[in-house]
Amino acid sequence: MIKTVITQQDRPVLSPEKMAEIQGVIQQFPEGKSKSAILRILHIVEREAGGWLSPDTMDMVAEILSIEPIEVYEVATFYTMFNLNPVGKYVLEVCQTGPCMLVGSDQTIEYIEKTLDIKVGETTADGMFTLKTSECLGACGYGPLLKCGIHYHEHLTNDSIDTLLTACRNGEVEKY
Amino acid sequence: MGRKLLLEHIDVPGIETFDVWRKHGGYLSVEKALKNMSPDDVVNEVKNSGLRGRGGAGFPTGMKWSFLAKPEGVPRYLLCNADESEPGTFKDRYLMEKLPHLLIEGMIVSSYALGANLSYIYIRGEYMWILEILEKAIAEAYAKGFLGKNILGSGFDLDLRVAPGGGAYICGEETALIESLEGKRGNPRMKPPFPAVKGLWGCPTVVNNVESLATVVPIINMGADEYVKIGTEKSAGTKLISACGNLVRPGVYEIEMGISVEEFIYGDEWCRGIANNKQIKALIPGGSSVPILPAHLITKLATGEDRLMSYESLSEGGFATGSMLGSGGFIVFDEDQSVVRNTWNFARFYAHESCGQCSPCREGTGWMQRVLHRIVNGQGNMRDIDLLADINKKIEGNTICPLGDAAAWPVAAAIRHFREEFEWYVNHPEEALKRNYGMLKNTPTTV
Amino acid sequence: MVKVTIDGIEIEVEEGTTILNAARMIGGNVVPPAMCYYSSLEGSGGNCRTCLVEIAEGSTRDPRPMPKLMVSCSTQVQDGMVVKNKTSQRVHENRGAVTEFLLINHPLDCPVCDQAGECHLQDLSFDHGGAGSRFEEEKRTFEPIDIGNKIKLHMNRCILCYRCVKVAEQLTEKRVHGVLHRGEHAEISTYIQKAVESDFSGNMIDVCPVGALTDRTFRFKSRVWFLKPMNATRECKKCPGHATVWMFGEEIYRVTGRKDAYGEIERLDGKTAWICDDCRFETKDPKQWNIEGPRKINRHSVISQNHYEIPNPLKTNVKKSLK
Ligand SMILES: Cc1cc2nc3c(=O)[nH]c(=O)nc-3n(C[C@H](O)[C@H](O)[C@H](O)COP(=O)(O)O)c2cc1C
Ligand code: SF4
Ligand code: FES
Ligand code: FES
Repeated sequence: MIKTVITQQDRPVLSPEKMAEIQGVIQQFPEGKSKSAILRILHIVEREAGGWLSPDTMDMVAEILSIEPIEVYEVATFYTMFNLNPVGKYVLEVCQTGPCMLVGSDQTIEYIEKTLDIKVGETTADGMFTLKTSECLGACGYGPLLKCGIHYHEHLTNDSIDTLLTACRNGEVEKY
Repeated sequence: MGRKLLLEHIDVPGIETFDVWRKHGGYLSVEKALKNMSPDDVVNEVKNSGLRGRGGAGFPTGMKWSFLAKPEGVPRYLLCNADESEPGTFKDRYLMEKLPHLLIEGMIVSSYALGANLSYIYIRGEYMWILEILEKAIAEAYAKGFLGKNILGSGFDLDLRVAPGGGAYICGEETALIESLEGKRGNPRMKPPFPAVKGLWGCPTVVNNVESLATVVPIINMGADEYVKIGTEKSAGTKLISACGNLVRPGVYEIEMGISVEEFIYGDEWCRGIANNKQIKALIPGGSSVPILPAHLITKLATGEDRLMSYESLSEGGFATGSMLGSGGFIVFDEDQSVVRNTWNFARFYAHESCGQCSPCREGTGWMQRVLHRIVNGQGNMRDIDLLADINKKIEGNTICPLGDAAAWPVAAAIRHFREEFEWYVNHPEEALKRNYGMLKNTPTTV
Repeated sequence: MVKVTIDGIEIEVEEGTTILNAARMIGGNVVPPAMCYYSSLEGSGGNCRTCLVEIAEGSTRDPRPMPKLMVSCSTQVQDGMVVKNKTSQRVHENRGAVTEFLLINHPLDCPVCDQAGECHLQDLSFDHGGAGSRFEEEKRTFEPIDIGNKIKLHMNRCILCYRCVKVAEQLTEKRVHGVLHRGEHAEISTYIQKAVESDFSGNMIDVCPVGALTDRTFRFKSRVWFLKPMNATRECKKCPGHATVWMFGEEIYRVTGRKDAYGEIERLDGKTAWICDDCRFETKDPKQWNIEGPRKINRHSVISQNHYEIPNPLKTNVKKSLK
C-alpha cells in the first residue's frame, strides 16, 4: 500500500541574508517568471530547515513565490533530492545503478548498513546518519561512491567509509 | 597521442580561472565570432563542421540551430543541458568541473549565433558544487567584459545563468528540462510544437548538451574545414567517452572518432584492459539506453571487420548486431558479471525515473522491473522471458518521450544476446541468488 | 479546409482540427477511444495513449506513412492524410497493449464501484481487453480518501488522465489538488488534508473517465442502470443550470452535467455547460428542477439498455414549483 507519510514541522526562520539570497535567485529569471526559481529555493530552505521539507516549509516557499501550495508539493514530490520526512544530520546516498553495481555498490551498501546498524531508508538512533540509495549520480567511473552534503565521496572502500563516518561524527565534514 | 580539442589544457594548474584559461587561448573564439563573423556565419561554420549533438541523439547541431524560429520581438533562448544522468555518462561533469570557461565560451559564441540574450545552464541538482564552480567562472567572465552588455563592443548582450535541477533523469529530455526550468514537474511535452518554435516560456529555444556547446569553440577557432579533417567521414572531430565498469583505468577520455574499440579498451593511452586480469563479457557503448553487445561483437563487426569508435561503426548491424554511440557512456562488463542482474538494475532505474505521465511507460517499466526482479531472485518462469520481450515491444514507440524506448531497448537487447543466461536463472534459482553477489572484492584503480 | 480519410471515409475539416475530432465528425466506430483528452479542457490529452491511430499517408505533399502510431487527440490533420483506426491491425494490437497497461494495477472492483455502467475503462476493456491477466505481481494500492466532503477519491482506480487537475486549474479559483510523486507512484492528492471546495469542483467527478472520483452524496445509493436519467434545467446564478438528474422513482439520486456520447459535457450557446456544486450536490428535490424528459444515453454500456418514460406527476409538480 502506498501511503504518503507526512510529518509536520514549523517553517524555518530565514535570516536576512538567506532572504536576500532567495531574492537573488528570483532575479535570475525575467519578470513574471519567478516560479522558475522554485527548485533552487527549495534546495536553500531545505538546508535551513534541517535537511527536509515539511508542509509548512513548502507553504512558505509558496508564499515567497506567490503560488498555490499544491504547486510546491507537486514539484517537491517529483524530484528525488528533496526529503519529505525528517532525516539525520548527515544523509549518505549511495549510488546503486548498474555501473556502480559492477564495481561493488551492493557491498558498499551492505557494509554501511552493518556498520551503522540501520537499513536503507532508516536513520541511526542518535539522529546522526540517514542511509539512502540513489540512482546514477553521474560519476560512474569513480564508484562505488556516495553523496554526503553537496560532495561526492568516491572510490569507497571499507576503510574510507570508516574514515568518513568518523569525520562526520567529529563534525569535520561539511553538512551541506 | 590522439588529438585533443577540448581537454588539451586540462592539466594546466589553475585552468579553471579566467586568467590562466585566457593565457591558453581562451575566449579567442568569442573574439573571432563577435568581431569577424555574422551570427549566420557561425551557424554555417557549425553546420559545415558536421558536429552531431553529443547528448545522446546525435542530431546535427547546425541543422538544429537553423530550425530556430525567429519571430520579430520574441526573445530566443539557448539552454545548456547539463543534466547528465544517463547511467554510464559522466563526461560533462568532468568538463564543467575542470574547464568551466570552455563551456562559458561555447555558450557565448552559440548564443551569439542564435541571437539569444539570456541563456541558462540547467545542471543536475546533485552537481551543486559544480554549479558553484560555474557561477564563479561566470562572474569572472562578466568582470572581464565577456558577458553582460555590449560584449567586446560588438553590440551583443548576453546574460548567462545556472539553474539546478532536483534529482530527475527525465529532466535531461529537452522538453522536460524546459518544464523543469519553468519551475514545474519534469513532465515531457508533446511534440510538435518543437522547442525551436515553442520552448522556454513559449519562446523559440535551442537545447544543447554541454559537450556540443564546448565543441563549438574549437570549431570556430580552427574553422570547419580543419575540423572535418579530424575523425571519420560521418563522425567528425573528437568525442568525450566516459569509460566505467570493470576496467583497469576507467575515466573520461577525449578520443578522435574512428579509433578502434579494441585500442580504446586495451590501449595504454586509454582504459588499459579489463580489471583484475579478467576477460570482457559485454559492453554497453553509449549509456544505459543503448543495446548491450556480447563479447564477439565488441571489437569486431558481424562482418569480421574492426569495430570503431564512431557513430556509424558502433551502430553497424542495426539492433541485431550493433549498438549506438549515444552519450559516450562506455560500460564494460567482465566475465563474472551478470547481464540479467544488470538488466534488472537498469529496468529499476527506468521505472524509478519515469515521469508517470503516459500509461505505457508508467505501467510498463514497473512491470518489467518486477518480472526481472523475480527472475533475478530465482522465482522466474520460462514464459517470463517472452513476456518481457512482449512488454517492451508494447512500450516502444507508444510513449510521449523516448524514455519509454530507452527503457525497452536494453531489455530487448539483453534477451536477444543473452537469452541463455536468462534461462539459466530460471533453471538454477538457488545458484542465481548467489551469483554476482559479493563477488567483486577489489575495486579497480582509476585515473 | 483540408481533406482527411479515416478508415476509408473522407471528410473535409478546418485546418488545425485533430484527427480525433475529425473522426468524431464522422462518428460511429471510426472514432478512437479517448480516456484523457477532453475537448473543453485546454492542454488535455496525450497521456493515456488509447487514441493511437496509424497514419498510412502523412499528407498529399508528403504521402510517406508515419513510422510510429500517433495519438489522434493531439495530432492535427494534414491535407490528404490517410488515417487507419479500426482498419489497422497495428492499432488494434497496440490499443490492446495500452488497455493491458491501464488494467494491470487496476483493482477490477467494478462490483463495488459507483462508476460501473458508465465507466470508459469498462468500455475500453470490453473492446480491447484480453481474456486473462498476465500480471502476476502485487498490485499497487492506495487508501481511498475524501477530498472535500462531497468527493471521494479512489486512487487505485485512477488512470492519471490529468483531467481533474485541469478542471481545478481552469474552472476553480484555487487548485488544492494535483499530481504528486512520479512514475508508478504518481498519485492524485491534496498532499495534506485539504478540502477541495469551490463552486465548480464537482465537475472533477463528471470528467473522471473511471470511478476514481465519485460523488459522496450518491455513494452506494444505487447502480446507475437502475436510475433514469432525465434532462432537467433550473435557474441558477452560478451556472447555466443545464443538467441531467438521475431518478429512482420520484427521487433524485444524483445530478450530473449533460454528457455527450464521448462523456463530455455538452455545450450551450457555444460554451461548455459545466454545472455548479449547488446544482450538483444541494439540489436533489425534484421540485427544484424543470424536468424536460428522458435522456438518451448514447453509449454501449448498460445504462442505455434501460427503457423509461417521463413520470407525469413530476412534470406537473415542476410547473407548480416554477410559478
Ligand atoms: C530520457 C532522456 C534523458 C536525456 N538525458 C540527457 C542528458 O542528461 N544530457 C543531455 O545532454 N541530453 C540528454 N538527453 C537528450 C536531450 O533530449 C537532447 O536531445 C539533447 O540535450 C540535445 O543536445 P545535443 O543535440 O547537443 O546532443 C536525454 C533524452 C532523453 C529522452
Ligand atoms: S515515456 Fe515515460 S518519462 Fe516519457 S513522458 Fe511518458 S511516462 Fe513520462
Ligand atoms: S552508476 Fe553510480 S554514478 Fe553512475
Ligand atoms: S485521449 Fe489521446 S492520449 Fe489519451
